[in-house]
Amino acid sequence: MSFPWANEYKPSHPFMQWMDEKLPLPRFMYNAIGAGYPVPRNLNYMWNFGVLAGFCLVIQIVTGVILAMHYAANADVAFNSTEHIMRDVNWGWLMRYAHANGASAFFVVVYTHIFRGFYYSSYKAPREMVWLLGVAIFLLMMATAFMGYVLPWGQMSFWGAKVITGLFGAIPLVGEPLQHWLLGGFSPDNAALNRFFSLHFLLPFVILGVVILHIWALHIPGSSNPTGVEIKTESDTVPFHPYYTAKDGFGLGVFLVLYCAMVFFFPNALGHPDNYIQANPMQTPAHIVPEWYFWPFYAILRAFTTDFILSAKLWGVLAMFSAILVWFFLPWLDKSPVRSGTYRPLFRKFFYVLLIDVLVLGYCGGAPAQEPYLMVSQIAAIYYFLHFLVILPIVSSIERPDPLPFSITEAVLGNDDAAAIKA
Amino acid sequence: MIRIFSILAGLAFSFVLALSFVFEAVGTAKDGLPNTVESNFHEHPGALKLASDGLFGKFDKQQLQRGFAVYQGVCQNCHSLKFVAFRDLKALGYDDDEVKAIAKQYQVPAYNAATGEVKTQPGKPTDHFPPVVYGGKGAPPDLSLITKSRHGGAAYVHSLLLGYQNQPAELLKKFPDAKTPEGLFYNPYFANLNIAMPPPLTADGQVTYAPGNPPATKEQMAQDVSAFLVWTAEPNLAERHQKGWPVVLFLLLATVLAYMAKRNVWADKH
Repeated sequence: MSFPWANEYKPSHPFMQWMDEKLPLPRFMYNAIGAGYPVPRNLNYMWNFGVLAGFCLVIQIVTGVILAMHYAANADVAFNSTEHIMRDVNWGWLMRYAHANGASAFFVVVYTHIFRGFYYSSYKAPREMVWLLGVAIFLLMMATAFMGYVLPWGQMSFWGAKVITGLFGAIPLVGEPLQHWLLGGFSPDNAALNRFFSLHFLLPFVILGVVILHIWALHIPGSSNPTGVEIKTESDTVPFHPYYTAKDGFGLGVFLVLYCAMVFFFPNALGHPDNYIQANPMQTPAHIVPEWYFWPFYAILRAFTTDFILSAKLWGVLAMFSAILVWFFLPWLDKSPVRSGTYRPLFRKFFYVLLIDVLVLGYCGGAPAQEPYLMVSQIAAIYYFLHFLVILPIVSSIERPDPLPFSITEAVLGNDDAAAIKA
Repeated sequence: MIRIFSILAGLAFSFVLALSFVFEAVGTAKDGLPNTVESNFHEHPGALKLASDGLFGKFDKQQLQRGFAVYQGVCQNCHSLKFVAFRDLKALGYDDDEVKAIAKQYQVPAYNAATGEVKTQPGKPTDHFPPVVYGGKGAPPDLSLITKSRHGGAAYVHSLLLGYQNQPAELLKKFPDAKTPEGLFYNPYFANLNIAMPPPLTADGQVTYAPGNPPATKEQMAQDVSAFLVWTAEPNLAERHQKGWPVVLFLLLATVLAYMAKRNVWADKH
């Protein structure tokens, strides 16, 4: 869908007219990310992160394809081939650091994008499908990142793979056979490494496909905005190009400065030193920790320390997956008709508690599995589940929201005479 | 309906977590927080300043050559350096002939595919440092990546090399079972405090430095070999710093221009 006032694509050059008749790809782009797509005029910088996430995916695919030209997925030589890339391949160190830090950057951007969605309730009608596809992308990203981290075949690669695939062993009855089938053996080895490489190469393109669906679904209702008030008239919108291409260009610049500073000056700051030790199945590291972007969920996994009907391990696995799956139900759990957290005083307080709660969980997930971190993560995990499953449904039915602006234009300019007369 | 179900699910998870918390809290109240000999006596590496530090850091070739001398004179009796090729040593300032001469000092494995014979032959510049056969206690790690594979990096190596000492009396009083076992050595910078490696740097002048270098004190040798091992772990470090500046400065300029363009485009909409 688009709005009736959207600019129409009118190619002036004969070649573009010819092209428009045969394959209207330029028209498609014009209507998707060009001057033919009207967007709310009041989007703040939190709305830059969707484009940034797309850019991160491109960085990962480009650097990843180049790395795959030099990498060897074989347990005997994987670690050596990674060092070969770092030392002997021209610009190999840049490709590998760009890829490893690109994964971190991707998660920073996507977590910001997701929390933007929480605050502004981007999941609410009519954008439920955009949200569902987004959660699916996040799950695919987690799978891709996990398998990518196994490929250098360092100590954390190996033991991380062992711990995470070991989770399947907690499933009753079919757990162990399933785990062995997934790994192609009793423990991560050549078979697992090879299939992880294959899937790590495949999944980004699956992500790309779902990203296209995500954007398609977004273009049907159009972007939401910081007031959460839907578009009423033309004065509420600006064409995507040049307004948001310019704004995204600036956002991209800021992102690239920070990202390149990490790549060139602190490339190992977010990595674990143990992964520069070749995988050794006979030697367990003192503390097995995943990459930082999994820490909140890892903390939830480890927070269950007591058997209750089910084993503690199975509770942990169920809770860890539920922690993300619960996002799928958000459109139906939060029934408040008001979208933006800006006009929801009670919801807003709980949102900030959630933000701090997830940071606490992240800290505990990176810390050793001992006290006091376990007790802290237990409290934080309780809040996490209560927030989504209990607090949100209740808050949305008891809260009295603040008055909303009449329109986006009024929110920006202080008055919206044209629309008021029409109304 | 879905909300009733969700509230029940939320309460179920919370209940099991609360149960876990109560058990953990009772256990902790009884046993206290973990109090191990490591958590009491493990020390973080002291500060070490190297030419390769910082955003402009590059290698001090003279120091790398001294560090290589320490590696050759001390470390390589037990530790290999398998990711480094002799040709890489040109980055330390050696010329082709010197590299050839260094390579020749080593016997590298040579496999004859026609006969299946495994022999050794003198190294060529294209060869890597050969494996080191070690028969003693412990498993000396390969040193190529050591400064990247330990928390603290070069500072850790430096502190560890100089950190050998007698076990503090206080430690034995608090943890009588934690006496350093026979054949191991107490070193508070090592993760579990007891390391199998005997003190490698035993006396000033243990390694002979070429004329024109500072005297080979223990401190100097520890610094030099740490600097050398930063290079072996990441030979491209200096190039990375050097290439990073134009990239970041270009991006900063582009970002300023993008900001001005954005202001310009939005001028009529605020």
